[in-house]
Amino acid sequence: MKIKVTINGKEKELEIAPDDYLSEVLRKEGLLGVKKGCDTESCGLCTIHLEDVAVLSCGTLAAKADGKSITTIEGVREKAEQVRYQLAKRGVDQCGFCAPGTIMSILYLEKVVENPTDEEINRYLKGNFCRCSGYVGQLEAVKSYLEGQKHEVCE
Amino acid sequence: MKYVNDSIKKIDSDALLKGKGVYTDDLAPKDALCIKVVRSPHAFAKITNIDDRLTRKVAGVEMVLTYKDIKRIPFTRAGQCYPELSPYDKFVLDEYVRHVGDDVAIIVAENQKSAEMGAKRLKVTYEVLDPLLDYRKAEGHKTLVHPEEDNFIPVDFVGYDREKNLATEMGFEVGEITQALEDSDVVIKKTYESQAQAQAMMETQRAFSYEDEYGRLVVVSSTQIPFHVRRTLARALDMPMSKIRVIKPRIGGGFGSKQSIHAEFYPALITKMTGKPSKIVYGRKEVFTGTTSRHKMKFDITLGATKEGEILGIEMNALSDTGAYGEHANTTVGAAGKKVLTLYNKVKACSFKGKAVYTNNLPGGALRGFGVTQGTFALESAINELAEALNMDPVKLREMNMIKKGETTPIYNIITKGSGPEPIYMDSCELEACVQKGKALFAWENRKNRIEKDRESQKIKGKARGIGMAIAQQGSGLPNIDMAGATIKLNDDGFFTLLVGATDIGTGSDTILSQIAAEALDVSLDKINIHASDTDVSPFDSGAYASSTTYTSGNAVIEACKNMNSLIIEYGAKVLEENRENISFEKGKIFSKKGKEISLEAFSKKITYSMIHQQLTATGSFVPKKAAPPYMAGFAEVEVDLDTGKVDLLDFVGTVDCGTAINPMLARVQAEGGIVQGIGMALYEEVKVNPKGKLKSNTFMEYKIPTRKDVHTIQVELIEGHDDTGPYGAKSIGEVVINTVPPAIMEAIYQAVGVRIRSLPATPEKVWRAMNTEK
Repeated sequence: MKIKVTINGKEKELEIAPDDYLSEVLRKEGLLGVKKGCDTESCGLCTIHLEDVAVLSCGTLAAKADGKSITTIEGVREKAEQVRYQLAKRGVDQCGFCAPGTIMSILYLEKVVENPTDEEINRYLKGNFCRCSGYVGQLEAVKSYLEGQKHEVCE
Repeated sequence: MKYVNDSIKKIDSDALLKGKGVYTDDLAPKDALCIKVVRSPHAFAKITNIDDRLTRKVAGVEMVLTYKDIKRIPFTRAGQCYPELSPYDKFVLDEYVRHVGDDVAIIVAENQKSAEMGAKRLKVTYEVLDPLLDYRKAEGHKTLVHPEEDNFIPVDFVGYDREKNLATEMGFEVGEITQALEDSDVVIKKTYESQAQAQAMMETQRAFSYEDEYGRLVVVSSTQIPFHVRRTLARALDMPMSKIRVIKPRIGGGFGSKQSIHAEFYPALITKMTGKPSKIVYGRKEVFTGTTSRHKMKFDITLGATKEGEILGIEMNALSDTGAYGEHANTTVGAAGKKVLTLYNKVKACSFKGKAVYTNNLPGGALRGFGVTQGTFALESAINELAEALNMDPVKLREMNMIKKGETTPIYNIITKGSGPEPIYMDSCELEACVQKGKALFAWENRKNRIEKDRESQKIKGKARGIGMAIAQQGSGLPNIDMAGATIKLNDDGFFTLLVGATDIGTGSDTILSQIAAEALDVSLDKINIHASDTDVSPFDSGAYASSTTYTSGNAVIEACKNMNSLIIEYGAKVLEENRENISFEKGKIFSKKGKEISLEAFSKKITYSMIHQQLTATGSFVPKKAAPPYMAGFAEVEVDLDTGKVDLLDFVGTVDCGTAINPMLARVQAEGGIVQGIGMALYEEVKVNPKGKLKSNTFMEYKIPTRKDVHTIQVELIEGHDDTGPYGAKSIGEVVINTVPPAIMEAIYQAVGVRIRSLPATPEKVWRAMNTEK
């Protein structure tokens, strides 16, 4: 079957099978920032934005994306510069395999929760696993990032 | 120091955080054949028939391979130095399957879906055998996990006895343990059990392979041990090592999971047979059932002390469940004694006996801490119990008995390969400083008082709080065993290529090795381009394990840089027409005493293009000569829910002596990550099987790892220290950081609710049951 989608701003027509999941379809399209870490929609590595909402692409049938817009880590390289900066300066990127999914969730959190508390940040991001960093520095990074963004808006 | 002890960001962070395609599966050829392994549903069985007719009818399926199609060669999947201290008890495929998830057949198809469909349609008939699942009963059991007679041990180590299900047996002794215990006023005897834990790295095992333009086999793999992969593939696939090249791209975490060779066999075999590129990507369930976990271990500990708190004797007997294969069995159970009993060097006697037995459980393997974590949990728990029996503060008991700076124990001579009779002193041991600093940061006394004061008001809320602590050590590489090489090449514009076999698995070792090289050559960091690791190009390195990269590979980098420095001076003398005694190389420039100078850029251009015409390349090798253990103290405060038994770790303070921190920021993150992995081990992570040996925890739905919600306050302090044998004084950090967490938390639980959890993990159910039976 064919679907029409907008991926990172570009319209595309894709040939898919009805049982194809979005994560695999996107990887085949060369969007290699979409990672997969489990078979059960548990780890958050495959997080993308579908119509500007964070979803797990490994559990979303590609057919469901027909007519919709998709944003992956490759589509937010400019927007995520400050998130990257905050993560890297604390060394909490580590192996980096969970980073694209986590960054997509951070950007979504920024959009939907105003001035989140630590508790809210952890709740929003808890579906994004990281086995390397221990999360401590990542929380600091997210807070600094959101703080910085707020200042930019004020200025 | 300019570049060492500096918290620079990881040099690969931009690529990783932008989501660039730098990991194994991102690099696989699009036309690679896809491989799916059919895995056993039985814990123990003999394959009597495989009917592949339906599989072969699936469109896209190209090959079905069973044990009958593959030359039978025993090997070990454990990545260790050669000859390995693990039995050669594994075959690529075998007629016996020895655990649920063991490999049965290989399906090859032109795409993943066909391979999976083909795997589903394979009809395998088994003669199901009685599995042996209880490791306590394994020795001499009538069920023989390895009935085949062609497996063997590549090097003579004591205690291997296939016919008794024994993978290894070993021990050591100092002094007269019976006497020491008899002389003690207080003797406690307890049994502890630490569970099988999964590594749960985010990137599952995966590999792809292709034949290069010279007809050689190239294997790109998510591995911690490229050189061991090459050697083991050569053996398992019966081909010359010279025909195999192993490349390691970026790795999505390891924690020991990739210190065994798993995924690599299949694509290597298929490409060898077909000449076509092929790949395999393990699913998460496949990782849980088809690879390894931390060895489950049981410890019987007897401690004896005077009533004043002087520990006189420690007896430690360990039994390890190595599961279906003996991978890392000898070395992990050994480490549980060797790098644990050394903590208490003032004893009159100590004794360690370790045994590892075969069962039909998931094979044990490497996981951060590698036996030391299990042993530390047991011994440190026992020390906490001893403190209570002596009515002594557990911190004080440690301060009285633990190893301190400049001290030694004869255990170091016993456990250090090639050591003579001379005592091996721990000149860089900052354990005492770790305990003191940790005690202060944690406000141990005040906190204890505060908790006592608040006990009643907490109880009204249905909660109870408690605190506990523990100490630990690890190693820094393996003395006289694991070696690292580094080669540095001067390029024709004054910059260097640093070739290392060291394997960055996400820890940032490429970054810190570059920092070390910049420091050693006194050039800016942007003059160092690191390349790692590719068995065709990189010098040998044992791999990323045994906490060895900073220490062992770091020292190799320094050696290479020293040699490069001499070359620059030698050729600098020629270019500046001076005697070499009058030449120096500093800050990227070559100087002569008579005032002549030339920049490294100009020098390298000159010796490449216009005079001398010499490529400058220098190599250094390093093997640790003595133990350089990192130390740590960990302090925990927990809150226990009195109604449910659920434990929350509220606060953890970890003070770590890793010598000089080459990159303090990255060292700190290692500590934080290790502590959180320790929280998982202490409170909920457990590889569980049902009575038939089938895994109950084969997804992240059933196997819980810590999430952001589970982590409260974690404070890490790096204690200033310096080991003269380390690169710029550095020791290791990667593993020691997990060790104190389980025993510190178990003690805190006891202080909160008065129950001793001696078998990990302390799940709500276990704590609740203990609270409601003991009281």
